[in-house]
Amino acid sequence: MSRKSPPSMVWRSIGQRLTLLLALIAAVLAVLSWWMVSSFAREAAERTQDNILVASATTIAEALRSEQGVIRLELPYSAFAMLGAIGEDRVFYRVAADGTVLTGYDDLIPPTLPQSPSDVVVSTLEFRGDPVRMVTVRRTVLAGQQPVPVMVSVAQTRAGVAEIGLGLSRTAGLLSVAFFALAVGLSAFAARSSLQPLNSFAQAVTRRGPSDLRPLRRRVPDELEPLQSSLNRLMERLGQSIRRSEEFIAEAAHRVRTPLATVRAQAELALHTVEKDSEREMLRRVIRAVDESSRSASQLLDHATVSFRADALAQERVDLGELAARVTASLRPTAEMKDISIRLDTAEDALVRGDAILLESALRNVLDNSVKYSPEETEIMVSLTRDEATWRLMVRDYGRGFSGEPLPELTGRFRRGRNVEKIVGSGLGLTIAEEVLQAHAGRLELSTPEDGAGACVALILPAA
Amino acid sequence: MRRVDLTRSLSAAIAYVLASLPLGAFEIEDRRQYPGTGPDMVRVISTADLDVFEPFLLRLQQEQPEIGIDYYVASSTEVHNAIRSGAAFDIAISSAMDLQFQLANDGYAQLYQSDVTDALPAWARWRDQVFAFTAEPAVAVISRARFEGLERPQTRQELIALLRAHPDIFDASVGTYDIRVSGLGYLFATQEARNSDTFWRLSELMGQQRAALYCCSAQMIDDVASGRLVMAYNVLGSYAVERIARDDRLEILELEDYSTVMLRTAFIPRTATQSEGAALFLDRLLREGLRQTPDAWVLPPLGAADQPESSTYGPIRLGPALLVYLDRLNREAFLSAWSDAMVQ
Ligand SMILES: Nc1ncnc2c1ncn2[C@@H]1O[C@H](COP(=O)(O)OP(=O)(O)OP(=O)(O)O)[C@@H](O)[C@H]1O
Ligand SMILES: [Mg+2]
Repeated sequence: MSRKSPPSMVWRSIGQRLTLLLALIAAVLAVLSWWMVSSFAREAAERTQDNILVASATTIAEALRSEQGVIRLELPYSAFAMLGAIGEDRVFYRVAADGTVLTGYDDLIPPTLPQSPSDVVVSTLEFRGDPVRMVTVRRTVLAGQQPVPVMVSVAQTRAGVAEIGLGLSRTAGLLSVAFFALAVGLSAFAARSSLQPLNSFAQAVTRRGPSDLRPLRRRVPDELEPLQSSLNRLMERLGQSIRRSEEFIAEAAHRVRTPLATVRAQAELALHTVEKDSEREMLRRVIRAVDESSRSASQLLDHATVSFRADALAQERVDLGELAARVTASLRPTAEMKDISIRLDTAEDALVRGDAILLESALRNVLDNSVKYSPEETEIMVSLTRDEATWRLMVRDYGRGFSGEPLPELTGRFRRGRNVEKIVGSGLGLTIAEEVLQAHAGRLELSTPEDGAGACVALILPAA
Repeated sequence: MRRVDLTRSLSAAIAYVLASLPLGAFEIEDRRQYPGTGPDMVRVISTADLDVFEPFLLRLQQEQPEIGIDYYVASSTEVHNAIRSGAAFDIAISSAMDLQFQLANDGYAQLYQSDVTDALPAWARWRDQVFAFTAEPAVAVISRARFEGLERPQTRQELIALLRAHPDIFDASVGTYDIRVSGLGYLFATQEARNSDTFWRLSELMGQQRAALYCCSAQMIDDVASGRLVMAYNVLGSYAVERIARDDRLEILELEDYSTVMLRTAFIPRTATQSEGAALFLDRLLREGLRQTPDAWVLPPLGAADQPESSTYGPIRLGPALLVYLDRLNREAFLSAWSDAMVQ
């Protein structure tokens, strides 16, 4: 066969599929039970008719007697009255002794005759245009000295039986339909509730933060256990490979930085030895390029540190006031070279939870920017205020300010503003700061102060 | 007698007789044609006398002028014979419900169903083939004059005592059906014998007192009216009521212990040719059976059977048990027992 089989039906939803399959099973069961109940009912009705016919024939047979050698029979009224019980059916009978018909319908001939007195022959045959059920019993009557077998046959049409059967079958049909409807409802419910763990599992995965690669430790049904563990293995491998590449970047940055320092020192030396202006200018460009590269390398290293430490964030108590004082102190020498004064306005007990090294790195980058992008003889204000459940560590300078571009974009990787002129930088400073704050469930807020002078950057952290 | 256009009715009658004389061997007592405006004639064979049935026929024709009716009157045995021999009738009406039942049971009746048949109580129809349209009790009618001074018996027990006590009055002066001749009489007798043992004692007593035997209710009532009989036992209540209404020499003897209620039945024979006309006729007839005004016609509606005083047993059941006394052996046995009691 060259023809390809059509693509197997794709199910949009397991729930629908489950419901449909269960409903299909319910339908099959409903039809089956309807059929069974119907045939049982018909059989029961038929058996009832048979029993009545046997009772009727037996009652007639009991009424047989012999008088002076002649067989006499007075048909008992009850034998016929009982035949009206099943329904309005035509009734036929025949009593024959030794082949001669005593009374009844001559042409109602039983197909087989009972062989012994306890024998009852039940048969179905066509009589006067209708199918009839016929019962024949046998009784031996003494006619004179001679025992004579007398056959009593009673037959009845089957309309009543059919009607009873039909009525019950209709009832059973209605019940089956109701049963089916109930089963469909229940299967929809069953499908939904058995898919519930899957849904909540999916939600748990979706709810996770973008860099949260911790293994899932949920209690899941056995069927979902393989999914959870393979998902965990996948995340573990992913985490490992991210860590490896970060380690690789850090390693690379580190390896680049040392030779760069050597190159810079040599270039510096050469700058003092050459005389030609053009050569001096060339060497200055080399030094600048080396500065840029080394700045990039150290920022890359910092960034890698942030990614690495943020994975398993330390939860130590950090006093933001002390931290601000430390960072300010470390940057003060650089600032003083430009005659920039840094004013520090801290608060007591500004406690947050997190990694002190990372938070320091974030503040250092922000403060570094202010120093870098401010002209000489200006002021930088570092203030710490409490804002309900958060601490706001704000750095404000009176420099050139942000240059009009959308502020959120400045936190992008390697993104530098248009206002940087010749100032050395890599464009990773704000990226690092923002990632640190995000790892601490805080945020970085860039703004231009209302008076329009300088820039304002706030580090907002939840209070411990 | 109705005034009809002579030539038309004559030619219709001739054409009709030539075209479709009902076949079969049976005796008719009376026959009258009621041509309608249409060409078709519904042939009815019935045990009911024209006196009784004509008002209904005229009413029917008034409502449905196109329907023509050819009405034959025959005894219940002859109605039975006619249908059994395959005579082409469109409606068979008889007071002998056992014979009617037997015909239907043996397949001589057609199925028929309509709103009217559905409205009948279940006991008044069988298999959508045989339908009852009257419920008529058997009653005793007495001559006021000859009953003068006698206390009215309330039960059959008391009636027996009365007969015993006054052989001078009752000798040869009690009339009842000759059940060897009358199908209805046989039905009344067998049902009564089944219900109560007083039947045989009463029969024996009537036999001793040389009761007169009759074929028909009408003649029995005539003889009570004339004073030839003191009492007629088991006559059709409907006939008696109708006669008493215009003859105050008669009186119905209320026997309260029980009464036998017969259903007058009709069916459409298998040999019917005018199925539409037959359906129309039957529906109209059954509506008479369901009417709320019993006095509108001599034949009482089915509702009369529901009235408490009419019967302790309810009407005779339309069912296979009716076959019992039609059985040849049973009939022979019953008739011989009856003859032994009656004809002494
Ligand atoms: N205080 C500030 N005043 C004016 N512009 C600023 C200030 N801070 C940041 N910027 C702008 O935002 C950009 C991004 O800052 P970011 O710290 O990320 O990079 P960078 O300072 O250029 O490089 P580096 O990685 O060396 O810090 C800067 O290039 C600058 O244009
Ligand atoms: Mg920077």
